[in-house]
Formats: sequence, structure tokens, C-alpha cells
Amino acid sequence: MSDLLRLGLHDLHVSLGGKMVPFAGYDMPVQYPAGVMKEHIHTRTAAGLFDVSHMGQVILHPKGSMADLALVFEALMPVDVLGLAQGRQRYGLFTNDAGGILDDLMFANRGDHLFVVVNAACKHADVAHMRAHLSAVAEVEFIENRALLALQGPQAGDVLARLIPETAAMRFMDVARPLWQGTELWVSRSGYTGEDGFEISVPEARAEAFAKALLAEPEVLPIGLGARDSLRLEAGLCLYGHDIDTTTSPVEAGLTWAIQKARRAGGDRAGGFPGAPRILSELATGPARLRVGLRPDGRAPMREGTAIFSDKDESIGTITSGGFGPSVEAPVAMGYVSAPNAATGTTLLGELRGKRLPVTVTDLPFHPTSYKR
Amino acid sequence: MKYTEEHEWLRVEGDLVVVGITEHAATQLGDVVFVELPETETMVAAGDEAVVIESVKAASDILAPVDGEIVEVNSKLVDNPGLVNDDPTGSAWFFKMKIDDLSVLDQFMDEDEYNDLIA
Repeated sequence: MSDLLRLGLHDLHVSLGGKMVPFAGYDMPVQYPAGVMKEHIHTRTAAGLFDVSHMGQVILHPKGSMADLALVFEALMPVDVLGLAQGRQRYGLFTNDAGGILDDLMFANRGDHLFVVVNAACKHADVAHMRAHLSAVAEVEFIENRALLALQGPQAGDVLARLIPETAAMRFMDVARPLWQGTELWVSRSGYTGEDGFEISVPEARAEAFAKALLAEPEVLPIGLGARDSLRLEAGLCLYGHDIDTTTSPVEAGLTWAIQKARRAGGDRAGGFPGAPRILSELATGPARLRVGLRPDGRAPMREGTAIFSDKDESIGTITSGGFGPSVEAPVAMGYVSAPNAATGTTLLGELRGKRLPVTVTDLPFHPTSYKR
Repeated sequence: MKYTEEHEWLRVEGDLVVVGITEHAATQLGDVVFVELPETETMVAAGDEAVVIESVKAASDILAPVDGEIVEVNSKLVDNPGLVNDDPTGSAWFFKMKIDDLSVLDQFMDEDEYNDLIA
């Protein structure tokens, strides 16, 4: 355990009864005494506080204009960076030359710089990737002295507005830098649970005080990684390294909503990102396989790695995330299946403990999202 | 009550052995969401997989503790798997076995020994 990194809020997690497990190189709370199921439901009905400080926070300071930086950053992603308004955040994907996904991320236009949040397991590679490609136009600053908290759930807005009134005016994917007791917080109205909520970057020295202030609100419970996973799975959101990786293209992954018109064929800045030939061709003619929602007909969860067969017993895919959905009250999964078998309503078979059991291709998300648009 | 190293409890009821999992095991598993029970009137050998339990975290097997015949299963658990967390040592028993010689249970731990194991 000694080689595991400790979160700045480690002692708080332990004092809250967090069960600590290794994740992405960190010693992290997988659950608190309430347990995964109650934590999940609490987040869907009230508000949950997650410590996601393991994720990477990066600032791109432009050396020249923001537009120059945006155009060079765009060369790493099939995403419209130039068109992102000040005070707004957008979902992005670093692609490789084969059209696979190196990482998925959030980036925000904060007026005189871009703020980027990347996955924990990829953060060092992402920083190196950005330094290698952006150095001519930006200074890449890896932020290692701020915690990142997520407050998620239908009451998250009321709770945060009580502490920081100006957050009440934020809409989904807005970013702002309000003060809390004299400390600048970096707030975005976003998250990874399918619920309304916020991600809040706070200086490490003030993180425990801020987390305790949130936990003192009656609606808020601490939530571990276990419920974070079941919440994002019900919301149909991809987990990097499982549902998306260097072998899956954004089109196969069903992330075409993240590829704005400007970067598609016929757009103002079409192509010009790694893997563009494959990604543009898949946009035009459809990919060979697709990420879909899968609902096992029975009660047994089907987990990552479960093989999927057609009703003619051809092997046609694999589950990449699966488990029990506490809000759906049934097992839910997602995975890749060959395109002819990807239509909603198709009955397929998942192989579980030697038996092939029916699963139905289902629209994502499993649980409706409730973002404050 | 006797206890196995697999965190099962065994309770003698007449000439039958009732099998469940301990409070410690239920806590470690987390919220149980699925239970697959064996068929009744099947012969099992010690160490055979008898029950599949899935929690929110993972799948695990409950093994037959001794050789014998499964004579009764607790079908309430199929519709209400959460009972395993709520009442693991009471109403959430998994199956009852008929065994030839109850003295084979002597090999298992008593309560004090089991408490030492999980301490």
C-alpha cells in the first residue's frame, strides 16, 4: 500500500468511515458506511459529495492569442475549441492517428486561458501530449495543489447556492470562479452522474474546510467510487480504459455529439485532427461496431468482459461496463456489438457462467439525465 | 453454530444442516443484488459451487461445506436478495443439506475460533 498516493482529503475519508481501495494509483474511498446502494440513491434524490482529486487539472496559458491556442488544441481533437464561448465548458477527446481515443476530458474557456480536466490514469501522458504539441502556443501548467470535488444530485444547486449565492445563476456547462470565504473556487456546472451538479476545484489548504462545510448541509452525504461507477453507468457515460480506449473510435463509442459541425466534412475546419480519415469515414458510412446499452432480461448482472452472441450464436461483441443499476432496480450494461445487431430492441445473448442468457439492446441513458440547461 | 473459513455458518436443524453466510461476509460483499440457488434433490460434494451471489461490487460463490444432498432452498432470496445484508444469520439462509454423519461438522470452527479468524 505504501506506493499508493494519498489524496489531500485522505484523513477526512478515513474519519467518515470510508473503505479505502487502490484506484488509478491512489488510495481512494470505494464506499462509506451507508454502502454503494444507499449512496447511489442518495445522489439521485438529494446530493452527494465525491472526491475526484485524483483527476488531472491543467491550465493552458496562451503565449499569443486565445484563438491561436484554440486552433492548435483543435489539432489534437475532433472537437470545436475555437467556437467555445468564454465562461463555457465542453467535452473533448484526444484521438490518435488510428482514430482511437487517448483520453476523454473537459475543457473550459476562462477568458485568458483554457482549463482542462483529464482522467487520473492518463494525466501524466496527457500533460506530456499537450506539452509536445502545444508548446509553441501555450504554457502547459499542471495544477497539483488543488483538490477537485464533485457535488451531484437534484439538491446540489440549492446546497451550493447557500454557500456561494452566485452559483445559482450557472447553467449546465457554465464555469465560474467565485470566492468562498476569500478563497477562489473553480466551479463548473457539470459532473459524471447524469444529475445536475458541480465540479469544484479548491486549493488543497482549504479543501478539508470546504468539504466539511458541504457535508454539514443536511442534504449532503459523502459518496465513494462504487456509487460513482453505478451512477455514471446508469447515465450511459463512458469510463476511459473500459468503454473507450485507444482501440475504440469516437464514432464507434457513440460520441458523435462531441464532434461539432465545424470539424466534420463540409465544416469550416473539417478534419485536421489525429485519425481524421477513419473518424470522418465512419461518420459518413457508419462504423462496423457500436457502443450500445444492454439490459439483461434476468436479474443477474453481466459485467465487463461478458461475451455477447447473436441469436444465431455468432460472437458479435463484448460488455465493457456492467453491474446492477440501483435506480433502474435491475442489471444494466453497455458494450460494443456489430452494427447489424445494434438496433434498439434487438435481443442478443450474454454468456454468464457457461449459459447464454437474453439481453436487449436499449437506448442510453438507462436513467434520464436531469442537467440544468 | 459452526463456521467455515469461507465465512459460512452451519446450523444443525434435526438431521439437516442449514447454510448461510456470516455478518462479516455480508458486510464485505456489500449490497447483494442477485442470488442463484441450486436445484433441490441434487447431490453435492464439499467445495462444489452451490450458490452464486452478486453484490453491487462482484460475483462470488457459496460452496457446499460438506458432501450431501440439497433438500431445501430459500427461494425468498431470489426476489429479495437484500435480505442477505439485512438478516444474514437469520432469515437469509441459503439451503439445507442432508448429510450422512453430522460429526463431519466437528472439523469446523466454533464461534470463538471464527471471531479470532476475522479479528
